Amino acid sequence: MAEQLTLPQTATPAAGVRVPSADIYAPKWRNFIFVAPYLFFFTTLLVFPLFWGIWLSFHKADTFSTGKFVGFGNYIRLFNDKVFLQSIWNTFYFVGLTVPALALIGLFLALCLNRRTRSAAVLRTIFFSSSVLSVTIVTLIWRIVYIPNNGLLSIVYGWFGATAPSFISDPNLAMIGIAIATIWWCIGLPMMLFLSALQQIPQDIYEAAALDNANRWQTLRSITLPSIKRTFVLVIIIQIVLQFQLFGQPWLMTRGGPNNLTKPIVLYIYDTAFRRWDLGLGAAASEILFILILIAAMAQYLVTRRKGEL
Amino acid sequence: MSHNPAIKGRAFGDRVLLGLVILLAIVMIAPVFFVVALSLKNNQELMVDPNSVFRLPYTLVNYINTVGTSSVFRWVLNSAIVAGGLTIFTLVLSSLAGYGFARLNFPGRDALFIIVLLGLAVPEQAVLVARHQIFSWIGLHNSYPGLILPGLSSAFGVFLMTQYFRAIPKELDEAAMLDNASRFRIFWKVLLPLTVPAQATLGIFTFLGAWNDYFWPLISATKKEMFTLTVGIASTQVNFAQSQGIGFLMAQAVFAGAPILIVYLFFQKYIVTAVSGAAVR
Repeated sequence: MAEQLTLPQTATPAAGVRVPSADIYAPKWRNFIFVAPYLFFFTTLLVFPLFWGIWLSFHKADTFSTGKFVGFGNYIRLFNDKVFLQSIWNTFYFVGLTVPALALIGLFLALCLNRRTRSAAVLRTIFFSSSVLSVTIVTLIWRIVYIPNNGLLSIVYGWFGATAPSFISDPNLAMIGIAIATIWWCIGLPMMLFLSALQQIPQDIYEAAALDNANRWQTLRSITLPSIKRTFVLVIIIQIVLQFQLFGQPWLMTRGGPNNLTKPIVLYIYDTAFRRWDLGLGAAASEILFILILIAAMAQYLVTRRKGEL
Repeated sequence: MSHNPAIKGRAFGDRVLLGLVILLAIVMIAPVFFVVALSLKNNQELMVDPNSVFRLPYTLVNYINTVGTSSVFRWVLNSAIVAGGLTIFTLVLSSLAGYGFARLNFPGRDALFIIVLLGLAVPEQAVLVARHQIFSWIGLHNSYPGLILPGLSSAFGVFLMTQYFRAIPKELDEAAMLDNASRFRIFWKVLLPLTVPAQATLGIFTFLGAWNDYFWPLISATKKEMFTLTVGIASTQVNFAQSQGIGFLMAQAVFAGAPILIVYLFFQKYIVTAVSGAAVR
């Protein structure tokens, strides 16, 4: 079809009326115009700052000027700074608290709500609704839940004559309090990812299992869970990348306290770069975070790539 | 059939699971209802007895006071300008670039596309410090461009639109080429109308992300009149334990959170698709 149409045109190129289809996909510089506007912003606001940040991390710098070259000085300072080491530990601790809980609760909800009833639809709406709120609103809600005397937790504990645990000021509980608020905030995405994975399992496998008199536990273990293994890994990695960037919740709920016990890496960067204006040190800390997130992102890439092969 | 013990056991197990899910659902919504109830209470009454939150009388006085303080309106306006502006520019840039990468050829195209994809792996925190310094040099802080521009570098939209343009049959462009239409005309008249679903996904995702963004506005907008809603609300909530007006603060929170929840209830399907699609990419 295309052959018949193009042949007469190539025969009369001088007329210049019609473009030969062979040329449509030939490389041309002027085609670059379509991608140029985006590439301008990509280069100036992402690529350049990325390399400038690396450059900054080797310098003593403040808001406006880049001071003298200090080599690995900032990195050495970082690893001698107890607060920074604490913040790395805090971040890993927070990821360890939230990511498994998000994956397991998300999976549980998806398994329960993967049906076409109206009540399941309403419950799905409820569990995803918190995801559209901003960190400001979420932390506000949870501070008023945790707050002594007036808080929801205090009131509910009061009904039973008990005293509520102080999730914000107790050093042992502060990070757990932040983790609970975060799980409440983020549970929608894992649930939805699991739901869409469950819907891709062919129904006839389940029908075959029913014919074999397989009970629910057997069906779950030998059909459902193996089919969504890849999604499970994906959810874990997505959440690791996401939760590694923890900032707003501790900043707005605890200011990183008590005793820096809820200060994650990003809050350390914020404190150093934008409150103490030590931009070099802040840049160095952000490079460390970058490397940590890059490792998780590479894992995600490897997992998503394998999709085509399986 | 209904006397089959296996099926009976199944029904019992179902009830246990359903009870557990409903319990979790209560944990999800109880804090929200609590905040709404607090916002409807007189501040003095709350000071005397915290339990009064569950009793009448309720009042709208806190909302009237919220409307009285003009800052909140200014912040809503700022958030709308920033999120709206970023969404429009992102749609334009991503559509153009997506078309370019998917349909046209130019020297170095594939290498450039891979570099853009690598941009997806760069977290915001890795560029924030340098970006803040650059914006200080140019004097972009505390301005709308200063709040909008960083979002334009996001590679996600280009990635999404490129995928989408690639899925459209090439015969469409070729037929239009035979009609002697220009590249831009084909893009504008033939292909763009077909990408509306992708535009909706990208638009919702971008708007929601910008509306809820907290870190960049926090470091870039330091003047009260340039605060976005997230930064503004956060700034009024510092030390609210000592504050006399918990009801008032909660009214502000409801005022800030309710619109996005209402929009979510209406456009739930699109929002869920947009957010989960962006996560998997």
